[in-house]
Amino acid sequence: MRKRSLALIVYFLFILLPIYWMVNMSLKTNDQILVGFSLLPENPTLTNYVEIFTNPAWYSGYINSIIYVCINTVLSVLVALPAAYAFSRYRFIGDKHMFFWLLTNRMAPPAVFLLPFFQLYSTIGLFDTHLAVALAHMLFNVPLAVWILEGFMSGVPREIDETAYLDGYTFPRFFVRVFLPLIRSGIGVTAFFCFMFSWVELLLARTLTTVDAKPIAATMTRTVSAAGMDWGVLAAAGVLTIVPGALVIWFVRNYIAKGFALGRV
Amino acid sequence: MKLVLDHIGVRVGRSMHLDDISLTLEPGSFNLLLGPTLAGKTSLLRLMAGLDHPTSGKIRIDGRDVTSLGVRGRSVAMVYQQFVNYPSFTVYENIASPLRLGRRLSAAEIDRKVLAVAEMMHIDKLLDRLPGELSGGQQQRTAIARALVKEADLLLLDEPLVNLDYKLREEMRAEMREIFARHTTTVVYATTEPQEALLLGGQAAVLDAGRLIQFGATLDVYHRPASVRVGEIFSDPPMNLLAVAIERRGSGVVRLSPDLSFPLPSHMRALPPGPCRLGVRASHVALAPSSPADIAIPATVELAEISGSETFIHGRHNDLAIVAHTAGVHSYRIGETVALHLDPQRLFAFDADGRLIAAPERQPGTVSGAA
Repeated sequence: MRKRSLALIVYFLFILLPIYWMVNMSLKTNDQILVGFSLLPENPTLTNYVEIFTNPAWYSGYINSIIYVCINTVLSVLVALPAAYAFSRYRFIGDKHMFFWLLTNRMAPPAVFLLPFFQLYSTIGLFDTHLAVALAHMLFNVPLAVWILEGFMSGVPREIDETAYLDGYTFPRFFVRVFLPLIRSGIGVTAFFCFMFSWVELLLARTLTTVDAKPIAATMTRTVSAAGMDWGVLAAAGVLTIVPGALVIWFVRNYIAKGFALGRV
Repeated sequence: MKLVLDHIGVRVGRSMHLDDISLTLEPGSFNLLLGPTLAGKTSLLRLMAGLDHPTSGKIRIDGRDVTSLGVRGRSVAMVYQQFVNYPSFTVYENIASPLRLGRRLSAAEIDRKVLAVAEMMHIDKLLDRLPGELSGGQQQRTAIARALVKEADLLLLDEPLVNLDYKLREEMRAEMREIFARHTTTVVYATTEPQEALLLGGQAAVLDAGRLIQFGATLDVYHRPASVRVGEIFSDPPMNLLAVAIERRGSGVVRLSPDLSFPLPSHMRALPPGPCRLGVRASHVALAPSSPADIAIPATVELAEISGSETFIHGRHNDLAIVAHTAGVHSYRIGETVALHLDPQRLFAFDADGRLIAAPERQPGTVSGAA
């Protein structure tokens, strides 16, 4: 018993060390970071955070990221809901193949799609917009959302649909009033996964934007000023970047395992 | 509502799920679908509801062809074997949901109807709960209440009590009979249990392997099973079948085995000599004679099952296997010899093809020991 808890403590230390170090750095000035080694900041300062919240070059990155992540999450779930319902309830020619094919979209590296997206968006004037990134991320998120939602939907007995039709529900009314409340945890988990993948994705987001929709991750990787690296501000930005993910995880913590199993537990 | 099924067939791939079923259900009638599992009861109910459509044949409601009409176009309510309610609605909302759709009813009217039916189903104290917080019996009561409140022209019940425990089932069975007696809808009730069928009465359609093998008043079907198969389905345990020979000696004898025969009972006088199969229900085989006319069959006990306060004794006389259903808890040693008594007047006779050729006279005023 003691051995096991000891191992766990060591494990947690390893996991938390980089995060702790980042928080530690974000509370120091550049001089303190570069000069010595200290486990605790001697004169904790919030100037790094103030810099981020007052400098548009920084905070607009967060706003841009949040905008396209939200667009992506909403669109992915909206598109995936009817698709997942069809896969869960109806049998049609090629349904199983198509269902599997959806997942194969996730198997290609995002870089494969860079060039076509770049060219296409430049041509139709979507380049450097939030929608561009949101749509590009849907390529990965919609299949995932369909798979997760299908798992949750198949857990709802078909008799409930039939009872609703017998009662006289029209399809849209049944879907919204009866069916959606039954899979709300599934929708939550799906939204979380869409949010997470879109939030951490860097390559597409960076390539498809320049100024107007530049995401925070791109801002962070490009910040080398004339005076060298701005360590403190970068660390503060890193801390702020993991906050939204942690918040969302908190809300769906009870369902995450089911989500990772694509709703099939 | 008069429902007519006209040569209905359902074929899935190569297998026939329902084969050429013709059935007429009179308005306001109570109809049973009796058959073992996989006989096609649920398939037939789903066709009647409009949830599925037949691959051949026509369905007519009051003369109108509704074969391809979907479920929303018909006035149907259905109760499933599983307890199906809307998990996210309270009991009240569950029951009210059919009333909120289609017809415009005032809130007061809906309230009155929901309360009336909830009271009838004894769930009026539970209206604020969610189905997940109810016991199985209460969940099924909610489902039945939702079906009743709709006042549909056709009410379908697919083995509604089968997932309930024994006591609850008995209790609800009795209630169901009263509820159906009070309503004027056409009801179709699927069940596998002969006891349930006898208790509920009405008309019985006996299904076996996708075919309709007999349709008529429930008691008539019980007293005159058209074939061996109906006899087996409509008694629990299945009817005993004895291969015997009828011999023309004097006024005729039935030979059970080389050393056991008895005079031909009066209702079988007209039968020709030769081999035939006799049927007798297990409840008509007793350990003690009930009248001097009873014949005694010596049999060795192969198994004695105790079920509740009843005992099923599986005996063997030469090649004949006979099950006796007796009241009380008895224990027998395997291999012990007992005398099984049966009244020849209670015997059914079937020909080589399994068709009924002689049935006992109906004894007036008795339902001769429920199945």
